[in-house]
Amino acid sequence: MSVFEALRLAWQGLMGNRLRSGLTMLGILIGVGAVILLVAVGNGASVQVQAQVAALGSNIVYIYPSSTRAAGGVSQGFGSGTTLTQADVTSLNNQAQAPHIVTAIPVTQASGNMTWQNQNWFAQTTGSTADFPEVRAYTMATGSFFTPADVQSNSKVVVVGKTVVDSLFQGQDPVGQQIKINRQTFTVIGTFASKGSAALGNQDNVAVVPITTAWAYLTGGRGKNITQIIIEAPDPGSVTAAEQEATTILLNNHQVADPANPDFTMQSQQDILSATSSVTGTLTVLLGAIAAISLVVGGIGIMNIMLVTVTERTREIGIRKAIGARRRDILLQFLIESMVLSGLGGLLGIAVGWIVSAQISAIKIGSNALPPPVVSIPSVLLAFGVSVGIGLFFGIYPANRAAGLHPIEALRYE
Amino acid sequence: MAEARALITLSKVTKVYRIGDIEVQALRGLDLRIDEGEFVAIMGASGSGKSTLMNLIGCLDTPTTGSYVLDEIDVAELGDDELALIRNRRIGFVFQSFNLIPRSTALHNVEMPLIYAGDTTQREERAMLALDMVGLADRANHQPSELSGGQQQRVAIARALITEPAIVLADEPTGNLDSESSLEIMRLLARLNGEGRTIVLITHEPDIAAFASRVVRLRDGHIVRDQRQVPHEPEADDPIAELPSEAVR
Repeated sequence: MSVFEALRLAWQGLMGNRLRSGLTMLGILIGVGAVILLVAVGNGASVQVQAQVAALGSNIVYIYPSSTRAAGGVSQGFGSGTTLTQADVTSLNNQAQAPHIVTAIPVTQASGNMTWQNQNWFAQTTGSTADFPEVRAYTMATGSFFTPADVQSNSKVVVVGKTVVDSLFQGQDPVGQQIKINRQTFTVIGTFASKGSAALGNQDNVAVVPITTAWAYLTGGRGKNITQIIIEAPDPGSVTAAEQEATTILLNNHQVADPANPDFTMQSQQDILSATSSVTGTLTVLLGAIAAISLVVGGIGIMNIMLVTVTERTREIGIRKAIGARRRDILLQFLIESMVLSGLGGLLGIAVGWIVSAQISAIKIGSNALPPPVVSIPSVLLAFGVSVGIGLFFGIYPANRAAGLHPIEALRYE
Repeated sequence: MAEARALITLSKVTKVYRIGDIEVQALRGLDLRIDEGEFVAIMGASGSGKSTLMNLIGCLDTPTTGSYVLDEIDVAELGDDELALIRNRRIGFVFQSFNLIPRSTALHNVEMPLIYAGDTTQREERAMLALDMVGLADRANHQPSELSGGQQQRVAIARALITEPAIVLADEPTGNLDSESSLEIMRLLARLNGEGRTIVLITHEPDIAAFASRVVRLRDGHIVRDQRQVPHEPEADDPIAELPSEAVR
């Protein structure tokens, strides 16, 4: 008997009891659909987070001062050190010493309330140099960024992000307007285009001033404090080399005796990227595993129904054997029947999982939507393969039982 | 008259069943020869071993001892798959309870043996031809549940004939039919015998056995009588035919 004949017989068998076949298929359908959907949701989260991390610039490294220890060894906490200096920035920008560092910029942070007319808004104010937009991958929406001359002359100019524009200026063009930050008057000279990320902090709620201006007017007597240095490598592949060069320079500049205990720490975007990837990867595996349980339950459902079918059709098996069906003909018939059942359920499950994946980001939970699910083709192929495999695995026992029936006893079965 | 070719030769056949610890001797050294073209009725009460004999002749089972040669093939030692092949090619079964595959059309039922034979040449045409032979060409696409008992049995006979088997083995073919359909089926079998087919009929009803040209009686696993007769249809007003068959014996 050919496989085509066996398929035809299996189809007849399944169509003979449509409701039961349909319900059994539903078990696999839900299992496969759930795998596809949940893996897609996990992938979607992963893709979104990675896009956000990439938006921060994937070829940059942050250098922070280590936490200082007061007398008696009490740690003062992360970022409390003041070991980074303008001299470090100058050394890092030296192409001879650090060929893999394109640019290094100093950053200082000052928090402050901003006011414009009768509006007020809170944003982190960052002091930096003219290279800030290039390193942090900001582009200008309107106006322009401040120049090295502004940095030289402590100009009281500020560039603001989209959130500040929307919140403080209610959508009006802020370029040329005077705002107050900590009661100091600044002129807005430009706005950044939106970076549109949310999960890793709002990249649009920023105000950037020349670092010298920040030191002079905003950081309040803390001197020329640099809270972090950001270095930019020419490409993501050179980040490690850039980190090594920076380490060498800083260890030398700071005359650190023990390289194992430096007075600074580094964190690259790739560190963040790999950390978040491993988190979202675990999430995807977890979701997939939960869904896989329902697939196994569906498989057991198939086995159950196939056993009932074999018992119910004992007489038919006897007839087929009497008119010349061999053991493997019967085995093939029932095996293909269970595989068609699970394979068809799998195909429908893929369709359902795909459609739901495409629709689910429209569903809002409160104000948050799920990240758009990304259906991965390997998960689709795997789910289909597994569903057919489940039909095979859970079909073997019932089919073998059918094939092993003795024709006389099967014929006598009522 | 030239010696007819032997189709079935059973010699010293025994069959022992074990039911729990008890051994049951269903056949005790039985010899039987059936020639090509014969119409043999095997009769006997329940427990006489006629079902066992029919299972052996039909290659559904193998004898415990003794030999069985069917159409020049010694089948006593064959394995399950080889027996399946013999059943497929050389034997056409007609059962008491019709035994059609439910939810399959008459046509599909008839072509079923060809599917297992792996024979794909003009399968549907040949199945239609066989249905036509039993007068059911117009019922080809009906399911068994849509056919009367007599029609179902005719489909079963068409199925038995499709592979051109050496023998047609009919096990109480009229047991589930009313007397009119019974007559119809027996006339069909008699006609097929007239066309040269070898038919082995198992029955316990004398007026069914009357259609055969030879009657073999079994009791306790032995042949107690083996006689040839002129085939005849029982007369309609035969008082025996009106009585329940159990009472006849």
